[in-house]
Amino acid sequence: MEAGMSCLTNPPPFWKNGPQPGGIYNFPNSSATHSNTSESQRSAYPIVTGTSVLGLKFNGGVVIAADMLGSYGSLARFRNISRLSKINDSTVIGCGGDYADFQFLSSVIEQRVIDEECLNDGFGFTPKSMFSWLTRVLYNRRSKFNPLWNVYVVAGYQDEQPFLGYVDKIGVAYEAPAISSGFGSHIALPILREEMEKNTNMNENEAIALVQRCMKLLYYRDARSLNKYQYAVITKTGAAIHGPVVPETNWEIAHLIQGYE
Amino acid sequence: MFRNQYDNDVTVWSPQGRLHQLEYAMEAVKQGSAAVGIKSKTHAVLAALKRAPSELSSHQKKILAIDDHVGVSIAGLTADARSLSNFMRSECLNSRYAYDTPLPVSRLVAMLGSKSQIPTQRYGRRPFGVGLLVAGYDSMGPHIYQTCPSANYYDCKAMAIGARSQSARTYLERKLEEFPENSLNDLVKHALRSLRDTLPSEIELTTKNCSLGIVGKDQNFTIYDDDGVTDYLAMIEGEERAHPPPADEPAEAMEAQDDDTPAAGPADPTVGGPEVMDS
Repeated sequence: MEAGMSCLTNPPPFWKNGPQPGGIYNFPNSSATHSNTSESQRSAYPIVTGTSVLGLKFNGGVVIAADMLGSYGSLARFRNISRLSKINDSTVIGCGGDYADFQFLSSVIEQRVIDEECLNDGFGFTPKSMFSWLTRVLYNRRSKFNPLWNVYVVAGYQDEQPFLGYVDKIGVAYEAPAISSGFGSHIALPILREEMEKNTNMNENEAIALVQRCMKLLYYRDARSLNKYQYAVITKTGAAIHGPVVPETNWEIAHLIQGYE
Repeated sequence: MFRNQYDNDVTVWSPQGRLHQLEYAMEAVKQGSAAVGIKSKTHAVLAALKRAPSELSSHQKKILAIDDHVGVSIAGLTADARSLSNFMRSECLNSRYAYDTPLPVSRLVAMLGSKSQIPTQRYGRRPFGVGLLVAGYDSMGPHIYQTCPSANYYDCKAMAIGARSQSARTYLERKLEEFPENSLNDLVKHALRSLRDTLPSEIELTTKNCSLGIVGKDQNFTIYDDDGVTDYLAMIEGEERAHPPPADEPAEAMEAQDDDTPAAGPADPTVGGPEVMDS
C-alpha cells in the first residue's frame, strides 16, 4: 500500500534522454536542418602538387622536362611520380599543380586516344589539337567555378614545325619558344630566354643540355623540387620520354647563403 | 494507292527482304538534277547542273559550302539538303572550336551516315530524300564521298548522281585512270564534260545552269557560279559531244521538279536491286 502510494505521488518522468520540449533536435540522416552541405565539393586548393615544367623549342624539335616529386604541402610526399605523359608519337604533355587532377585528365585523354585508335582513319591528336582541347576543357571547368588545378605544357611536332604551348587552370593559353610554369618562370625562364638569344639556332643536344642545367638550378633554388627528373624530346622521328635523371649536385657553398631564414 | 503491301513505312520489311520506302527515297535522288565529283592527287572538284523551277524564278543552288575545306553538291530534296548541310556546318565548327583543326572529311561523312541512319529504322519517320557528293581536303588529301538516303556512304575516286547521271558515270569510268595526275584545269574540264553528257543534245551548259566547287591543297572550298564559270566553260566549248544520252532515260526526267509528285518507285521491286541492299 505504501509503495503504491509513492508510485502515484512521484511518477517517473515520461521522457528521458530526449530533446527538451521546444528544443531543436537533428535527426540522423536528415538533411532538412543541415546547412548547404548538399552543394558539391570543389577543389579550393591543390593537395598533392607538382612544381615547374620547362619547355624549350630547338631547331627541329622540342624538349620538355619536369621533376618527379609530388609535394604534400611542404612535405616531399611522393618522390617517384611522372609528370610527363606521352600522348602519341608527336605529342607530349607536362603537368604542374594538382596531381590528382592530372591523373583524372590523363585517364580522359587516354580513353580518347583509344577511341580514336579504334576509328583507324589515320587521324589522332596533334599537338595543336591537344593544346586547343586542353584550353577548352580548363576554361570550361573554371567557368563552372570548379577548376582543374593544373598547368599544362604541350610539346610536339606538327607540319614540320616544333610546337610548344602553355595552358593554366583558368584557361590562359599561349605559345612560346621557351615556356616554364610555376617557380621556374622566375628562375629558369630568364636563363632559357637569354641562351636562346645568344644561340638562335639551337640544336637538340644544346637544348637538352640547357634544360638539364635549368633543372639542376631549380633543384638548388626551388624548395618544392627534387633532384630526379624526366625529360621528353619530340622531333620529326617521334617522341620519347627519358629518365629518370639524377644529376650530381654540389652544396659546398650552400653555407655562404644567409639572410633568407 | 500503294504500290504494294510492304511500303507503308520504312520499318516494314518486304518478304523479299527489302525496305521499299528506302528504295523510294533513293529514287528521289535520281529526280534531282545531276551532280559530278572528281578528285586528283591535289584537288577535288564538284560540278552541278542547276535548274530553275519556273521561268520566273532564279536557278536553284546546287553546291553548298560547309567549311573552308569541305563543300557538298546535292541531288534530291533541296530542303533536306539544307538541313543536312546545317548539321555538317555545325559539326565542322565544333571541330574547329574544340580542336583548332578542320574536321576530317571521313569523320564528317561518318557522322552524316549515323544521322541519316536513324530515320531508316524508326516508325513514323522518313529518310532524307537527298544524295550528296561531299568534296573535301584534309591531311589525308582530297576526298569525294557519295551519301545516300539509305545512310550508305561511299569513298569515291569520281562519282555522278542525279537525273541521267549514268551518262556522266560512263564518261568518268572511261577516263578514270587520268584523274589522279590531272592538273586542276584538266580536272574541271573532265567534270564539265561528264556533266554535259547528262544533257540532251539540244541543251548546252551555260553560265546560268552550271555551277562549280573546287577545293584542294592550299585552296579553300570555292563555289564558281555565273560569270565565275565562263572561263571554265570556254575550255570545253566547241568540243564534240561524246555520245547521245542513252534512250532508257527519257529527256523529261531532267525537267522533273522536286515537287509533291510521288517518287517513281521500281516498277517491280523484286527485279534488280539498287545498292541499298548490298552488304
